[in-house]
Amino acid sequence: MTRPHHLLSVADLGTDGIAEVLRVAEAFAEVERRAMPKVPTLRGKVVATLFFEESTRTRLSFETAAKRLSADVLSLAVASSSVKKGESLRDTIETVEAMGIDALIIRHASSGAPHQVARWTTRARVINAGDGWHEHPTQALLDCFTVRQVLAERKGAAPEELGIDCFEGLRVLIVGDIRHSRVARSEVLAYAALGAEVTLAAPGSLLPPSLEGWPVKVAPDFDAALADADVVSLLRLQAERGSGSFVPSLREYTAGWGLTARRVDLLQSGAIVTHPGPMVRGVEIASDVADLPLSVATQQVTNGVAVRMAILFLLLGGEWPGEDSNV
Amino acid sequence: MAERERSHTRPLGGVFVAHSQVLTAPDVQRALTRMAHEIVERNGGVDDVVLIGLQTGGIPLANRMADALGHIENVDITVGSLDVAFYRDDIGLRPVLPEAVTNIPGDLAGKVVVLVDDVLFTGRTIRAALNALNDFGRARTVQLAVMIDRGHRELPIRPDYVGKNIPTNREEMVDVGDDGVWIGMLEDK
Repeated sequence: MTRPHHLLSVADLGTDGIAEVLRVAEAFAEVERRAMPKVPTLRGKVVATLFFEESTRTRLSFETAAKRLSADVLSLAVASSSVKKGESLRDTIETVEAMGIDALIIRHASSGAPHQVARWTTRARVINAGDGWHEHPTQALLDCFTVRQVLAERKGAAPEELGIDCFEGLRVLIVGDIRHSRVARSEVLAYAALGAEVTLAAPGSLLPPSLEGWPVKVAPDFDAALADADVVSLLRLQAERGSGSFVPSLREYTAGWGLTARRVDLLQSGAIVTHPGPMVRGVEIASDVADLPLSVATQQVTNGVAVRMAILFLLLGGEWPGEDSNV
Repeated sequence: MAERERSHTRPLGGVFVAHSQVLTAPDVQRALTRMAHEIVERNGGVDDVVLIGLQTGGIPLANRMADALGHIENVDITVGSLDVAFYRDDIGLRPVLPEAVTNIPGDLAGKVVVLVDDVLFTGRTIRAALNALNDFGRARTVQLAVMIDRGHRELPIRPDYVGKNIPTNREEMVDVGDDGVWIGMLEDK
């Protein structure tokens, strides 16, 4: 297994890489449970977050992760930076990298922006924190991590003991605005790589124009698909990407595709509902459903820090088993 | 721990080839029993004693040491495990990955912590372990028990309880397993 230089897509990791991230993240989850949840692992490294699109949890999560690893964290506030004076993305990146930064964490409204940035950088590692409709790899990884954690808890086992076998044949149903969702694209790649069976459920207008090459099925009947699912991944309608015009009305969307109290009764006992946040209560999920124990959104946020610590550690500090590098 | 680390150093993928046995399995058990008695004697009993095995080689030894101490004093001894990967000073210089999840039982403030490892070599693992322990509370005292002290220290660290001192050269490897202790070399596959 070779260590990816950047994390731009879940595909950069492959099945072994995902398994390794989940394993190492488990060790960081233990660090997080300590009274003093900080380790000196990345002392002297500098991590910069460049968010060209707004975010609450991803940015805080990455910054918390980097700080708990003792890295120094710089965050570029795009709204008050020279980007507003017309500085190009390339010049911005070159300026930031010239300061000796070790990792750039980038969110951008344009799909592929982190890939472009990765081509410009010479030494900094680039981590995709969400690019347009394309991918959001750390979100998918923390979703897998959370699902395994819940499955392990039920078995009374430690999550790392389950390895990735617990994903084999797991029925994952991804619901909602798949068309505009980077989380959906990364989740499909991650769950499929781990051996899960992925099904999509969405109104036709919110499915991608083509599903060719996607390792997924499309559910003909949402209610029936819910009854079959082990994991339900709910997505938000991406209003900022114009999703509003793809559905007749929010009420109609909720009636057809929202996780309402009635639909919760269709779920198997033990089904897990994930949501990447931000949640729009009353649209893709009914407000009282969001607070049920089957909804693990809060656990996902907590786990996000451990998973991002693992990513930063693996890209900046640790080495992969069998790696032949010239560090 | 020290040996595992070396097995990962380049060239990677070497195979441990045993040359000579230095302790048999019963020898190891006798050494453990003796060290357990020393721990009891030094600390005037086992009140507040917590054993912490270092991942991965120290874990089975820590468990066996706990059995031996329990047998002598007729009490249950608390055992924890510690992975020091996140505290190493050679991150980026050689492969460093956590082997297993750390499990420290409760606050160590006021406890007598006995670190248990299979082989003491450069001392760098122990330095990392001492830093890590700090994050779990201020132990009253920290002591070190190792099955094998093979020399070549790079830091001012010494063990309190030793199974056996073995002179080695740097290139050799020491393997502590269920079948006793062997010296050998890492050879290319």
